[in-house]
Amino acid sequence: MAIAREAEPVGSLHEVREAGLDREDLLTIYRNMLITRGVEERGHILYKQGKIPGSFYTGRGNEAAAVAVAMAMQPDDVGTPLHRDMGVHITRGLEAWRIFANYMGRADGPARGRDGNVHMADARLGMISMVSHLPAMLPVAVGCALAFRIREEKRVAVGWFGEGSAARGDAHESMNLAGVRRLPVVFICDNNQWAYSTPTHLGFAVEHIADRAEAYGFEGVVVDGTDVLAVYREAKRAVEKAREGGGPTLIECLTLRMEGHAVHDDAFYVPKHMFEEWAKSDPIERFRTWLREHAELSDDEEEELNSEIKKLLNDAIKRAEESPLPDPATVTDGVYAAPEDLDTPHHR
Amino acid sequence: MAELTYLQAISDGLRLEMRRDKRVYVIGEDVGVYGGAFKVTLGFQEEFGPWRVIDAPLSETAIVGSCTGAALMGMRPVAEMQFADFVSCAWDHLVTIAAKQFYRAGTPIPIVVRLPSGGGFSGGPFHSQNPESSFAHIPGLKCVCPATPEDAKGLLASAIEDPNPVLYFEHKHLYRRIKAEVPEERYTTPIGKARTHREGEDLSVITWGAMVYTADEAADELAKEDVSVEVIDLRSVLPWDREAVLASVRKTSKVLVLHEDTRTGGFGAEIAATIAEEAFESLDAPVKRIASPDAPVPYSPPLEKAYLPQVETVAAGLRELAAY
Repeated sequence: MAIAREAEPVGSLHEVREAGLDREDLLTIYRNMLITRGVEERGHILYKQGKIPGSFYTGRGNEAAAVAVAMAMQPDDVGTPLHRDMGVHITRGLEAWRIFANYMGRADGPARGRDGNVHMADARLGMISMVSHLPAMLPVAVGCALAFRIREEKRVAVGWFGEGSAARGDAHESMNLAGVRRLPVVFICDNNQWAYSTPTHLGFAVEHIADRAEAYGFEGVVVDGTDVLAVYREAKRAVEKAREGGGPTLIECLTLRMEGHAVHDDAFYVPKHMFEEWAKSDPIERFRTWLREHAELSDDEEEELNSEIKKLLNDAIKRAEESPLPDPATVTDGVYAAPEDLDTPHHR
Repeated sequence: MAELTYLQAISDGLRLEMRRDKRVYVIGEDVGVYGGAFKVTLGFQEEFGPWRVIDAPLSETAIVGSCTGAALMGMRPVAEMQFADFVSCAWDHLVTIAAKQFYRAGTPIPIVVRLPSGGGFSGGPFHSQNPESSFAHIPGLKCVCPATPEDAKGLLASAIEDPNPVLYFEHKHLYRRIKAEVPEERYTTPIGKARTHREGEDLSVITWGAMVYTADEAADELAKEDVSVEVIDLRSVLPWDREAVLASVRKTSKVLVLHEDTRTGGFGAEIAATIAEEAFESLDAPVKRIASPDAPVPYSPPLEKAYLPQVETVAAGLRELAAY
């Protein structure tokens, strides 16, 4: 039996307004979701064209969860988004051309060619660059929250992880410490139901990852991660609760992994009917339908939005391709920081 | 100047840093009310409060991982591992994140992890290790190993000031055994500069940590036999002072590399290889290594004595070199 609270879906425009979103916000959310998917679709094509080295990951099916949580954060809040959370970077304002530059290993990507794919973040936007040891980012998020608590700042840290990551000790230690100290941190579990090829029943024995929150002394919430407005409402509530000293929340977003673990993976192990069901609950299509029904999204508006995004992506790829490859002579530069490197917005 | 033990010097240095910089805080197991397993932070919580001297759950992963997050937010965390051995549980957070974040993301991670290390008191396999060579292999980290009270204080200030993750190996066997005059004011000791513990003409010993004293006692023995031994205290193994080592080798032409960590892949191997590459022409004898044998640190006193490099073993090694 579930222990975590199961969040209700969001229905009417009235409910949305109560959550503090106006029509412009709704269109911003939709736009960010479209850009997120567009960046990853176009990136996939570039990868197939051989323009992106290494591997390529997408978060198709996770756009609603990522964008909604980022929308619920304030500019001074910080977070550690992972590889299904491109929507967080987009919403925080990372420009698409820099993402393509990162994919292509160019000097202008946030990682300047030192790391690839989604292993990037713009610190000026309050984001912290992920490592492959995914749940290892959770103690980092908790540490940000600890700094805010020590300094008595009303800021919040958000730590992302997947249901696969939930099996690692890092997830336990960070939630336990956050619970003990009631730190201003929100844990977001993107449960996309597959940890590479491992289904949830081989990853954990409780019904929901969010059920664990109770054991750490804070609230757990399960929300439909394809319902962008419901995720927003729950994330907003949790972020503001944390900001006001109410301690952590664990939100489990039930999302979809509409593609393989990475693009080399055809996901043969995922039952076909699952893909069919996922296609029906595609978060972008779902929100588009809602906007047309409840917020008078018109054909003209859609067309304008789509062509604007198409141009944005075309321009972004062009600009990224113009970005230089890193100079091989710099391979050992910046292994160590110098005192002047501490002169950043964070370390002031 | 005041006479302080090695332990008091660490404590004094840490307290001064916390007084002058509000960004510095301490986190670890039992560091608050109890004052730390070795009492380095005794009285700190009374002075700085529970949010700057933070008693953490038994969670080395979260302790060190959270330091990275807090450092990114502008703090200067100092984590205490209760014993250096437990840093294995925080490996990922030092090696995977902290060491690589500046290179990958351009964001410095100024954290210090204090590591009470070393054997000599029947601590057994999990309370006696010297894991510095594992970390000295990781680009992006710094590893300091003070041997004297003066360096313990000065290197701690430098470690906290440093914009990089610094592992501060404090040798438990020196805590209360070693006493010396230490300046009362704050000062820094540069990381990466070796110290000549004892000048000599005939042989060089390159070492660090508690082995500085073992080497010094062995050098006393050799002095009785009219052999003059120079003892170089590296003070830090990452970065390490190649120039000071090479200069000593060029002066004496015979060198013993000594460390308490195990032999194979120990940091002495790197030093020996560098001497072979850079100072081969100056050598009048093969580079000699003395280290603990390739085994876990044993518990029972006769076993531990057989394990740790002893003064007589080092003296014998020096005699061999002298006779070569």
